[in-house]
Amino acid sequence: MVTAEVAEAVPDRTAEERFEAVVAAEQRIEPRDWMPDAYRATLIRQIAQHAHSEIIGMQPEGNWLTRAPSLRRKAILLAKAQDEAGHGLYLYAAAETLGVDRAELTEKLISGRQKYSSIFNYPTLTFADVGVIGWLVDGAAICNQVPLCRCSYGPYARAMVRICKEESFHQRQGYELLMTLMRGTEAQRRMVQDAVDRWWWPSLMMFGPSDAESPNTARSMAWRIKRHTNDELRQRFVDMTVPQAQHLGVTLPDPELRWNEERGGWDFGEPDWSELTRVIHGQGPCNTQRVERRRAAHEDGAWVREAAVAYAAKRAAEQPHTEEENGK
Amino acid sequence: MTESKADSKAGSKAGSKTGWPLYEVFVRPRRGLNHVHVGSLHAADDRMALLAARDLYTRRNEGVSLWVVRSDAITASTPDERDPFFEPSGDKVYRHPTFYDIPEDVPHI
Repeated sequence: MVTAEVAEAVPDRTAEERFEAVVAAEQRIEPRDWMPDAYRATLIRQIAQHAHSEIIGMQPEGNWLTRAPSLRRKAILLAKAQDEAGHGLYLYAAAETLGVDRAELTEKLISGRQKYSSIFNYPTLTFADVGVIGWLVDGAAICNQVPLCRCSYGPYARAMVRICKEESFHQRQGYELLMTLMRGTEAQRRMVQDAVDRWWWPSLMMFGPSDAESPNTARSMAWRIKRHTNDELRQRFVDMTVPQAQHLGVTLPDPELRWNEERGGWDFGEPDWSELTRVIHGQGPCNTQRVERRRAAHEDGAWVREAAVAYAAKRAAEQPHTEEENGK
Repeated sequence: MTESKADSKAGSKAGSKTGWPLYEVFVRPRRGLNHVHVGSLHAADDRMALLAARDLYTRRNEGVSLWVVRSDAITASTPDERDPFFEPSGDKVYRHPTFYDIPEDVPHI
């Protein structure tokens, strides 16, 4: 190829100038490139938070795995939970390329030093919640995640491409589940509306605080980690979701929701930000339960990890030849 | 090879801490194509790495063949070497077909 990597090719640049040039040229920063400490720290925090969200996110739906109303729904739900475990692992692997250790991140999650998305601190009270999570929560996640496929940090962007491909199934199965319930009895329709009423506002909060309250946005956008502000993404989500709600036949619980002809978008009310603050700071309905379950799974699984290591060591001892080849 | 052992600073460290070394995963999407690096994972041994790679990277028929290789077995060029390391090919424009002027009316060349 004649096309040398333009941004890298100019000699006599400082590492920082080269970093800035690569980012400005829409190329990707790769793990061993020089990067500002704050860029690395921001990415570690964001990717870890994202990975933790995928892992904790298995719990609200996992609640319904044994009680799904049919084998079909159970198989779908199981596949979705497996995807979420997979997404968590892709993301932990991306975080590790920045020099952190997955075990260390897990430790920070179960000791409460790192956060996950506050949406997963709400309970799943009925099976309609499974559908609404797919439709609204995964729908909001897709809005957030699609622009991350163009994040300036290569491993994160590549993980997001993979994740986005799989999320589409999550959203569609949720919407289909809700359509099925809406074709059912009056009680089933009420169940869907109740779930929508409970999940709508927390879903809007998934985009984070309003732009005025989001001090790190400008820097993340300059680094091309973030591509759109929280409010832009929230608006995009509302505009996508309203027609879907109309088609489904449910009401979104916002009296201020109305079409704005002038700007070609939906006006909507202000989420209760004090609720988001409370949930982030541990006062949500399920914070303690989610983290405790994750801790229990980690601690109860310790013997499996140890047994796997012991087995691998024994096998390696039986095959000294192979060990030598592996250069251990 | 963008995320080789040297890329992942955590590679050996994580291995020593959790006891599960880091592996890089390569998938051949279908017959006729090369194996392509798709990501990494931790596993206690080669067989476990292969099974985990199947579960993690081919849940939707993404591949017909998988390679897993321990990250610390990969030798990679480093970014610091980048310029001098790849320099030898930098000034050899005559290696490219566009270097040669051929009249437009000469066919099939």
